[in-house]
Amino acid sequence: MIEAEIYTALTEIFHEVFDDDAIVLKPELTAKDVKGWDSYKMVNIIIAVEERFGIKTRTQEIDKLQRVGDFVKLIEAKTAPRP
Amino acid sequence: MSLSGLYWLPSDPDWPAKVKAVERDKPVAWDSLVALANAKLDFIRTERLDTCLRGAFGTEPPKGLATKPVRLALLASSTVAHLQPALRVAALRRGIHLTIYEADYGQYLQELLDADSGLHKFKPNTVLFALDARHLTSGADVAADAPQADAIFNETVDKLASCWRIARESFRCPVLQQTVLPVLPPVMGSNEHRTPGSPQALVARLNAALRGLAEQEGVSLLAIDEHVRADGTRSWHDPVLWHRAKQEISPAAAPLYGDLVARLLAAQQGLSAKCLVLDLDNTIWGGVIGDDGLEGIELGQGSAVGEAFIAFQDYARQLMRRGVILAVCSKNDEANALAPFEQHPEMLLKKTDIAMFVANWQDKASNIRAIARDLNIGLDSLVFADDNPFERNLVRQELPIVKVPELPEDAALYAECIADAGYFEGLAITDEDRDKTQLYRANRERDTLKAEATDITSYLRGLDMQLVWRRFDKVGMTRTVQLINKTNQFNLTTRRYTDEDVVALMNDRRGFGLQLRLIDRFGDNGIIAIVIGRMQDGGDLLIDTWLMSCRVLGRQVEEATLNLVAQEACRLGARRLIGEYIPTSKNSMVAKHYDRLGFAALDAGPDGRTSWVLDLAGFAAADIFITMVDGDAASRSEGAAQKVGA
Repeated sequence: MIEAEIYTALTEIFHEVFDDDAIVLKPELTAKDVKGWDSYKMVNIIIAVEERFGIKTRTQEIDKLQRVGDFVKLIEAKTAPRP
Repeated sequence: MSLSGLYWLPSDPDWPAKVKAVERDKPVAWDSLVALANAKLDFIRTERLDTCLRGAFGTEPPKGLATKPVRLALLASSTVAHLQPALRVAALRRGIHLTIYEADYGQYLQELLDADSGLHKFKPNTVLFALDARHLTSGADVAADAPQADAIFNETVDKLASCWRIARESFRCPVLQQTVLPVLPPVMGSNEHRTPGSPQALVARLNAALRGLAEQEGVSLLAIDEHVRADGTRSWHDPVLWHRAKQEISPAAAPLYGDLVARLLAAQQGLSAKCLVLDLDNTIWGGVIGDDGLEGIELGQGSAVGEAFIAFQDYARQLMRRGVILAVCSKNDEANALAPFEQHPEMLLKKTDIAMFVANWQDKASNIRAIARDLNIGLDSLVFADDNPFERNLVRQELPIVKVPELPEDAALYAECIADAGYFEGLAITDEDRDKTQLYRANRERDTLKAEATDITSYLRGLDMQLVWRRFDKVGMTRTVQLINKTNQFNLTTRRYTDEDVVALMNDRRGFGLQLRLIDRFGDNGIIAIVIGRMQDGGDLLIDTWLMSCRVLGRQVEEATLNLVAQEACRLGARRLIGEYIPTSKNSMVAKHYDRLGFAALDAGPDGRTSWVLDLAGFAAADIFITMVDGDAASRSEGAAQKVGA
């Protein structure tokens, strides 16, 4: 999946989870920048992402995420076609 | 098919826009929220709707709600905050307003024991114990031998039972116990039970024991272990989330979990569906009887499709035999529609299994309305099963309160779909349930006699009716509580009572609870009416509750009951009877009940409540064609006769 597609799908998820259509996802965005982005919402985002992209994330991978850009890279790597 | 997707609910592409529209319209309408809750929702949409619901009806239920608001104490040993939105939305789906109290993390036992705790201040009217597998097996020791494992098991079970008792005694309300999620890994394998001390073996043993124990203690179960079996442990539980957030139940499974709980809450109030309305062509047989003919339809052994339809018929019969009424609503010529019932050798459902058979060319919504009217049940107690999406959508649009499942395309999955949707959730089965088809068939025979009799008097006389009355007793308790909680139409005050309340009345010398059974020449109608009277200061007897099954309307049971109430009131020394009418959205048929019986108007409240008075000194018992039988006295003399005989 290319980066732009991931951003589009991820934006939809954020809009639904936070019920806010004004959220614009950028690579440097962090949890501090979005109102209500706590650990509870993070669990919801992870599950929605796993369902949407058909992937499974690992505890360690999630713990390493700092910014939205990291999340997109993780999704990109997980959805990349295997050789 | 993933259960956690609530696949039987219709999905609505316009849902997000509709939520926004509902929110814009202030004040937010409860009914619009109920409609939004009746679409297929994932956990994110569930949370979205919950935000909207809490904004509009946070802790205050809307005024004039026909259902009883539920105050649920959620007593858990791990994180359950993420399940709350799904619980509220699933209750909303059934028109119930739910307020939840969640005990502080890991504090459920302390809060139960402390009379000053938030839990006690909350005053729940239902308690749900949602204890996770790791908590319940914390005492397990893999190396334990059988006697040691037994001791651990017994200790756990005793702890549970004492929690239930404390909850019951403190709150005098129904207690629900969630069965244990089988999420722990085995240490042996298939023969795990040979390691009696293993946590997984303990969970299996607990789940088996909970059935009997709950029965003994009067607790109802939330059998999530059964649902996990159907849906797969992995769709309910994610070990990653357990370690991240101590969520034993994954947020993705929350909508289903909420729905399972709400079914029980609805069943407690008698809101479960009562009647399954079946389409015919491609719903209970394959093909179109009008085109394909008796030989052409697919039904019965010989083809996979034919067997699938038989299996669905078999499931419908099983539902019928436990008390669900069956009806048919089909677009067909009646003669064609009846032909398989009368002539097809493989047909499992018989004409006599169907309480109401409607086959014509009118639209299905009108026909379904007629079925509800003729069977004397609310439209909200109907489930309509039809393979045709067009008909389903039409009925949903015209009659949004009728439940219309999205039947899967394969007939082999029909029965599962009806079961998964949980429309007919039941808490107890009574003799009346088992005989219900017989009851409705006898009713039809009575109607025939009615048509033959020239006037109503000779008809009633010809019925040879006996009204057998008894005070509330343990034997009749299940049926008494069932009637108190599910009768909506002929119900003067719609007060709902629990087992505990009924027991309290058995021992109350300043009041009475009466159960009335009607027998006639066509059979036993079972317990059909309940009256509760309470003495007030000053010689008034208040009729706290008066309810009756609509099956026996127009048969002088009302008059006979009044004669009985007057007699019992006099026995308690009353001089006047006071009757009340409290209006709900469903009981307008009894607004004039006391007026008809000769009571004088006493008072009227702003909310439509009225109260009525009858002076007992001037009361003359009405002349009726019903013989009154004192059931308690009859059993006493029977008992005495047996003693003499022995």
